[in-house]
Amino acid sequence: MDAALLRRALYRGSIAFAFLLMLAPVLTVVTISFFRQEIVSFPPEALTLRWYVNAWSQQEFARGFITSLEVAALATLIGVPLGTAAALALQRSGIRGKEALNALLLGPLAVPGVVAGTALYMFYLRAEFWLDRDITATLEGLVAAHVLLTIPWSVRLVSASLAGLDRSAEEAAANLGARPLTVFWRVTLPMMRPGIVAAALFSFIQSFENLELTLLLVGPGRTTLPVAMLSYLEFRMDPTLSAVATVQIVLVAALMLLTDRFVKLSRVV
Amino acid sequence: MVAGFIPPSAGHVRIAGQDVTRRPPYARDTGMVFQSYALFPHMSVAQNVAFGLEMRKVGRGERETRVVEALRMVRLDHLADRLPGQLSGGQQQRVALARALVVNPAVFLLDEPLSNLDAKLRGEVRMEIRGLQQRLGLTTLIVTHDQEEALTMADRLVVMERGRVRQVGTAEELYESPRDPFVAGFVGRCNLIEGQPEGEAGFRARGGALLPRAAGTPSARGEMVLALRPERITLAAPSPGEGAARLEAITYLGAQTEYVVDYAGTSLVVIRATPPEGDPLRRLAPGDAVALTWDAAAARLLPAQ
Repeated sequence: MDAALLRRALYRGSIAFAFLLMLAPVLTVVTISFFRQEIVSFPPEALTLRWYVNAWSQQEFARGFITSLEVAALATLIGVPLGTAAALALQRSGIRGKEALNALLLGPLAVPGVVAGTALYMFYLRAEFWLDRDITATLEGLVAAHVLLTIPWSVRLVSASLAGLDRSAEEAAANLGARPLTVFWRVTLPMMRPGIVAAALFSFIQSFENLELTLLLVGPGRTTLPVAMLSYLEFRMDPTLSAVATVQIVLVAALMLLTDRFVKLSRVV
Repeated sequence: MVAGFIPPSAGHVRIAGQDVTRRPPYARDTGMVFQSYALFPHMSVAQNVAFGLEMRKVGRGERETRVVEALRMVRLDHLADRLPGQLSGGQQQRVALARALVVNPAVFLLDEPLSNLDAKLRGEVRMEIRGLQQRLGLTTLIVTHDQEEALTMADRLVVMERGRVRQVGTAEELYESPRDPFVAGFVGRCNLIEGQPEGEAGFRARGGALLPRAAGTPSARGEMVLALRPERITLAAPSPGEGAARLEAITYLGAQTEYVVDYAGTSLVVIRATPPEGDPLRRLAPGDAVALTWDAAAARLLPAQ
């Protein structure tokens, strides 16, 4: 009896510990953002919202935030359809070399962001020369780079939802007189929706908070929020960053909760 | 193959005289009920049923009345706005039926329609499908592994084994005169005894027993199978001196009792109406000697597999 009790306590304890470990950074950041003193130390002298006010007044952050939103939205809008198409090809068509193709599509996940960023930067410079127009430090260049980030997620998530899809529903539609294209639009695509929504959400987050890949591709006046935060960090170390990060965390969490209302994410991811 | 999802390796598929072998599924006019029901999870019950009509470009007004009619037929009109995920298995099954029937298909196809239902519901839905089929006069093709289902629902049975047709006929024909041991074993229970015919009306089982059989020259030489239905064997207390058979097991099944009997080295299943209270047969126990008899005509010689 006692042993069972102990075992259950241990079990619960280890779960709680794992959660604590995962949440610790988030909780720390959120807590610090309310501390009064500039150099972080415990216990706080007093609690304040001044860092939020400060963050709000930093133009770089506001601009970076807008840029990040733009880039993430565009990259998602482009990357998810591409990833969906790729997933369809991988799951449904008879093309050869699916394994290799799949590995290639997931590639961006395996390459360290800094490496990919450097490679892209050099590629862009070369392309600028050939095309005789700016690519680095432009919105287009940034979006194109971030599409790379969104594709692996889209392919994975949409593939998973396709693999779990009951094909007999499509056969039923055909049996009822629907031509292949109609079957796709009326049955296959709606059934893939949870996967596509999850793909869009993760793509957006990936792009929104990416730092490494972006670092070399931004220019003055066109930085993303994470890059703006990094450059702020180079000169000052006050809790303003924590305040910005907190806003970001709340935003992403809200996005996830909102999405979860429409599709159960736990069923797809 | 009939619905057009799998191309046949040979031969033709004709529906109402028309060759549809090369026609894609959407142009075939079959109404199919899938084993998994295959309802569209993102559409309401009414939208599911309306789908086929929409594809056939039936006008909105007529569509609505036909959907309501079809749902009433399967007694689901009160659930028209639910999503399939909110229905029980039996209800989903009925939606699938309504969806296939509402378009008045030339052939109604049912792929193991009852396999996902529990035993009680199965009987109910079986009667329901049979009733619908009779009322609408629909040509219906049902695939099933359940012999009871096959015997009760079908006018004509086709027994297939690994893609090959073994025998076609009414339930009675298949049961009374199966063509081979597979059919005999599939339709109802059957003792299938391996051995060789001996003389004009005998059969030497592999176990050594000599069994009486229907008279006649065997169709093949050598090894054959003797098919003997368990309910065609009578079982009695042995008269003294007799006792070639020994009881091995008794299973009481209510109205019937099943006996496993060792008949001189050959194991036979016998099914009899449970003897009334007080009958000496009621007191039989494993190990007892019994006497078995059967009408020789009931033991049919079949080719070995």
